[in-house]
Amino acid sequence: MGELKLMKGNEAIAEAAIRCGCDGYFGYPITPQSEVMETLMVRAPWDKTGMVVLQAESEVAAINMLYGGGGTGKKVMTSSSSPGVSLMSEGISYIAGAEIPCVIVNVQRGGPGLGTIQPSQADYFQATKGGGNGDYNLLVLAPNSVQEMSDFVGLSFELAFKYRNPVMILSDGAIGQMMEKVTLSDYKPRLTNEEIEKKYGDWATIGKKGNRSHNILTSLELNSEQMEENNIRFQAKYKKMKEEEVRYEEYMCDDADYILVAFGSCARICMKSIEMARAKGIKLGLLRPITLFPFPKKPIAELCKRVKGFMTVEMNAGQMIEDVKLSVFDSGILKPVEYYGRMGGIIPSPEEVVSTLEKKLIGGK
Amino acid sequence: MDTNKLTQQDIIRQGEQVYKRPKLLLDNTMHYCPGCSHGVVHRLVAEVIEELGIQEKTIGVCPVGCSVFAYNYIDIDWQEASHGRAPAVATGISRVNPDKFVFTYQGDGDLASIGAAEIMHACNRGENIAVIFINNAIYGMTGGQMAPTTLLGQVTATTPKGRNVERNGYPLKITELIAQLPGTSYVTRQSVETSVSVRKCKTAIKKAFKNALAKKGTSFVEVVSTCNSGWKMSPVKANKWMEENMFPFYPVGDLKDGDKADPALYSKKN
Ligand SMILES: Cc1ncc(C[n+]2csc(CCOP(=O)(O)OP(=O)(O)O)c2C)c(N)n1
Ligand SMILES: [Mg+2]
Repeated sequence: MGELKLMKGNEAIAEAAIRCGCDGYFGYPITPQSEVMETLMVRAPWDKTGMVVLQAESEVAAINMLYGGGGTGKKVMTSSSSPGVSLMSEGISYIAGAEIPCVIVNVQRGGPGLGTIQPSQADYFQATKGGGNGDYNLLVLAPNSVQEMSDFVGLSFELAFKYRNPVMILSDGAIGQMMEKVTLSDYKPRLTNEEIEKKYGDWATIGKKGNRSHNILTSLELNSEQMEENNIRFQAKYKKMKEEEVRYEEYMCDDADYILVAFGSCARICMKSIEMARAKGIKLGLLRPITLFPFPKKPIAELCKRVKGFMTVEMNAGQMIEDVKLSVFDSGILKPVEYYGRMGGIIPSPEEVVSTLEKKLIGGK
Repeated sequence: MDTNKLTQQDIIRQGEQVYKRPKLLLDNTMHYCPGCSHGVVHRLVAEVIEELGIQEKTIGVCPVGCSVFAYNYIDIDWQEASHGRAPAVATGISRVNPDKFVFTYQGDGDLASIGAAEIMHACNRGENIAVIFINNAIYGMTGGQMAPTTLLGQVTATTPKGRNVERNGYPLKITELIAQLPGTSYVTRQSVETSVSVRKCKTAIKKAFKNALAKKGTSFVEVVSTCNSGWKMSPVKANKWMEENMFPFYPVGDLKDGDKADPALYSKKN
């Protein structure tokens, strides 16, 4: 068993990066996630594991450093918060187009624009539907605890390399800042250049050796027929993710009449709401998507067979509700889907959730 | 002898061959316009990599611009960067692969306009990379619009009456700025319009590449270039225009040749 420690979500990200054999972190300071790079700079992993940590001149530069480093088969990552991730969106699109593995952490804050430094989930659309230009998807993981902040770093790298695709950890300021105990994973050595050549030599730009043709990483293809083929290949990859990578958690759903759907810190609040609702005799359960892309459609379809309705709880104007509605629609068994949320950095209270549920779903229509 | 059946080998008499295609220059027809400087510089880059024997450790970063397809012509591993970001991409490659040699190849729109921040900071950090900067005073690829390096009075698609300070500001001597940065060790301006200048340019590229290999910080080679399509001139005229108009404003020669700055000069005490 690994070491047990009390730490902030942001610190857990940094610690996990070092421990999972990450080769490079590139970032630019922004609240509420600056502790990630600060922790790394204090830990100075370059002395111990050889991991590089570099403060870039901007998020634009940082994401392009990921393009470069990830393109050589190294494990590279960055972290930022909403406005910074917007700046990175161009680079993320190029990374998806050139099929370069890397990990991006978004510790979300409220927007639009400079917004607030308080927690938010308003970048759900940006994370799950694109953000940059073109038809691409990130694999998106939503941690709801400091433990998951730690666990998802290594997992994200595994998935990023499995699919040669950028993976995003979509967190928020609450999880980034809160302190919890966390079981740290054991140290994994960084891959050697020889291991990288063996595993990724067919695509990574590590210097052309011997008879192999030169490796080129690009998102450019001016021939429309070929470009469409590339797109078809990307879509096949996203389809495979939908089939193999859906992760979710059900909480008290077995006997539930109503289901809350929430991710990240909202899911934590919903657990309290469930306790309160059940004390009143309302059979309430929670479906927590852990992967936001791919979205857990099938579990919702299953629940459609036996529950009376759903309500999403989100720290935004109602974004994930669209995916829940689509999942319900595609199941063929139409059930009401409602939304409750707060915006601008306000965290919904468990009481508000229950009273809205009573008003909109139970008492209503 | 049936002259129709002659092969290249029959034509070239051993002992008389003075020049040949470098092995690393791939046999793909270049998309560059006749008279364009890009092709010549590509050849020099291929020759230098071959002569230094560093193909196996070289990663090139090409830009957005006419040289976006550089990867089709030189037989090394390449990454295609987004517009202006090549120095950041090169930083990423180089930092996690200190054993590799990384260079960027960028145009003036790419390097001096949209990517001004990235080139400044990569050079200021003294990344151990080489930069080839093709200054043709225009946006070649998108059809000849004004670049930051476009001369005053120069006609482009977006300065139809000539570049004007009131409307467009001044031409940017970015290489002079780069030379001020403590992370650069070698900053030079070259051209490739005559066989002499081509040889000089090759020497400069070789020095830049050797510096990066020796971890001497950033080396920067500007090549004052022609864009006869963008300038709407024949190749011969374009060369003449470059000599008469570009060289006085962008004088060819070394701006800096030495080492990165001594950190002591930048410490608190000073
Ligand atoms: C973000 C972005 N903006 C604009 C463009 C369009 N674009 C492609 S090449 C180019 C200019 C390139 O000029 P330069 O760097 O001088 O290279 P040249 O073609 O002259 O060699 C522009 C503006 C783009 N590809 N990406
Ligand atoms: Mg140009």
